[in-house]
Amino acid sequence: MAKKFTPKVLTANHLLSGDVIYWDEKGDWVGAFEDALYLDTEKLANHVLTLAEKQQDVIVGPYLADAALGPDDKPMPAHFRETFRMTGPSNYHHGKQAEA
Amino acid sequence: MYSYSQFDKDFIAERNKQFRAQVERRIDGSLTETEFKPLRLMNGLYLQLHAYMLRVAIPYGTLRSSQMRQLAMIAEKFDKGYGHFTTRQNIQFNWPKLRDVPDILDALAEVEMHAIQTSGNCVRNVTSDHFAGAAADEIEDPRPTAELLRQWSTDHPEFAFLGRKFKIAVVGSETDRAVTKAHDIGLRMVRGADGEAGYEVIVGGGLGRTPMVGKVIRDFLPAEDLLPYVESILQVYNRLGRRDNKYKARIKITVHENGLDVIRDEVEKAFVLQRQAFGGYDQELYASIKEAFAPPAFIDAPLDAFYAAQNADASFRSFVDTNLAEHKNPDYAIVTISTKAHGKTPGDATADQMRVMADLAETYGHDELRISHEQNVILPHVHKSHLPEIYARLREAGLATANIGLISDIIACPGMDYCALATARSIPVAQQIATRFDELKLEHDIGALKIKISGCINACGHHHVGHIGILGLDRAGVENYQITLGGDHTETAAIGERAGPGFAYDEIVPAIERLIHGYLDLRSSADETFIETYRRLGAAPFKAVLYPAEQIAAE
Repeated sequence: MAKKFTPKVLTANHLLSGDVIYWDEKGDWVGAFEDALYLDTEKLANHVLTLAEKQQDVIVGPYLADAALGPDDKPMPAHFRETFRMTGPSNYHHGKQAEA
Repeated sequence: MYSYSQFDKDFIAERNKQFRAQVERRIDGSLTETEFKPLRLMNGLYLQLHAYMLRVAIPYGTLRSSQMRQLAMIAEKFDKGYGHFTTRQNIQFNWPKLRDVPDILDALAEVEMHAIQTSGNCVRNVTSDHFAGAAADEIEDPRPTAELLRQWSTDHPEFAFLGRKFKIAVVGSETDRAVTKAHDIGLRMVRGADGEAGYEVIVGGGLGRTPMVGKVIRDFLPAEDLLPYVESILQVYNRLGRRDNKYKARIKITVHENGLDVIRDEVEKAFVLQRQAFGGYDQELYASIKEAFAPPAFIDAPLDAFYAAQNADASFRSFVDTNLAEHKNPDYAIVTISTKAHGKTPGDATADQMRVMADLAETYGHDELRISHEQNVILPHVHKSHLPEIYARLREAGLATANIGLISDIIACPGMDYCALATARSIPVAQQIATRFDELKLEHDIGALKIKISGCINACGHHHVGHIGILGLDRAGVENYQITLGGDHTETAAIGERAGPGFAYDEIVPAIERLIHGYLDLRSSADETFIETYRRLGAAPFKAVLYPAEQIAAE
């Protein structure tokens, strides 16, 4: 049986910097998870992934990451792995969290 | 130490030039990521969770001060001001930018370093005893063997696309400080019946999802037969090793599925041919490499300052008791510099700290440094009269933690704080254990103990061979930590036994604390170490303290 679709955001790493980035509603790449386009249908998610895969001169390794809507209706990670990617390493304050 | 020949220099320069062009072609869109990925991996460039990561080889863990200074420069100029020493005696830079990587590789080449074969299904960086050339119990310095293997395996056309990665470790002492029994090939330098030099050859060890202790395939291999014999093992592995399933592709599975006797017979058959093919050039090379590893010119000086400092300063005394190992020259010591100050990331060193260590090596350490698989830095040759000054400088740099071999001297892989393969974090668990036992002031009372933590089943943190192993997993979207007990990374290698159900992230440090208090109650005397107590009593009493609620329910 096919796995039930759960909402996603599209994420990748920036080709030159390696930074974690997300696809927003304008089709731009942005740094904040909460600014990502919330993909609540499988069709939309797959469509956006197909578009991203054509941008390999800008990004590396695009994939759909599980997401949920937070209290402010903005996307938030649904899995702790994406929380770390969104924030940066938890061993001490550096990486993305220090550059925000 | 070995210095690059013109051949080595030309080879690295050519590879760097090739990679620079490949990076440019990736950036201008001529290469897709699918095309570029195998090329970047061949040059040690990974993509991790937050950024690229460049893994730089430190052959058999040996560095000169100039090399350490260059690593510091790279950390500062191209990264976030630090580097991470790994269980493979390598260094990883966690934040390089793609466009900078060719410049980083050129900077490495300036000091005879590179990142080739730090990834991919090839023979990886050959590892060795971090006390090589210095240890009092050494039969022979294993580094010339490691260097011979490095030269033989670098860009070896037949072994560039093996079924899976291949790791070789070499030791020259009775005490195994390089975990040889957890490598695809482990080599122990031994002496034959008439005192002739040779190797005990161990094959098929490995950790990961199917941990196995290596088996002796040859009790005694004459030294001159090393390369033909190792090449024969690789040939047999290349032929019989599985390529249908990545998880069954390491030689440990080939040995397990075919049986050691079959593998041995096949290797011996191949060896007959290989032995003829080598023709002696390898031995000329080995002889010249050996000359490069001649011992330093040890000094002769009074030891009064050392003894005076030992009497006067309790913290220096503690450092001496914990961080020094016996050198073959009784006036010298091997100094292990802990990169594991309580609460810090195991294996991390800042650029400033790298420079301090480089300066100390240059001034007091015959210009030698080593990286251990336990993620510490070694000054292998220190005259004892220099120890007070070294200790003072290390203290100023936050590098004088007296915890080598103790509970806070934890191996921890990068885990989910950096690694794309990780299923859970490992570094914060190590930080919390170290901090907690420092608060309890129990570390020295507990004594010798190896805790090793991996953030996924691939076991980069060697958890299977920790006295206490911790494996971080993802259980239904939540970090969960399994404990193994009784592992051993030495010449008496053993795979730890899983203690029982895993613990949540916020339960794992209290669980370790229960385990340690249990050990303190169970040990027969203050001299009985954790592993000795475990071997005497077995797992049951340790499980009882780990799972008190389940114990009560069972009763």
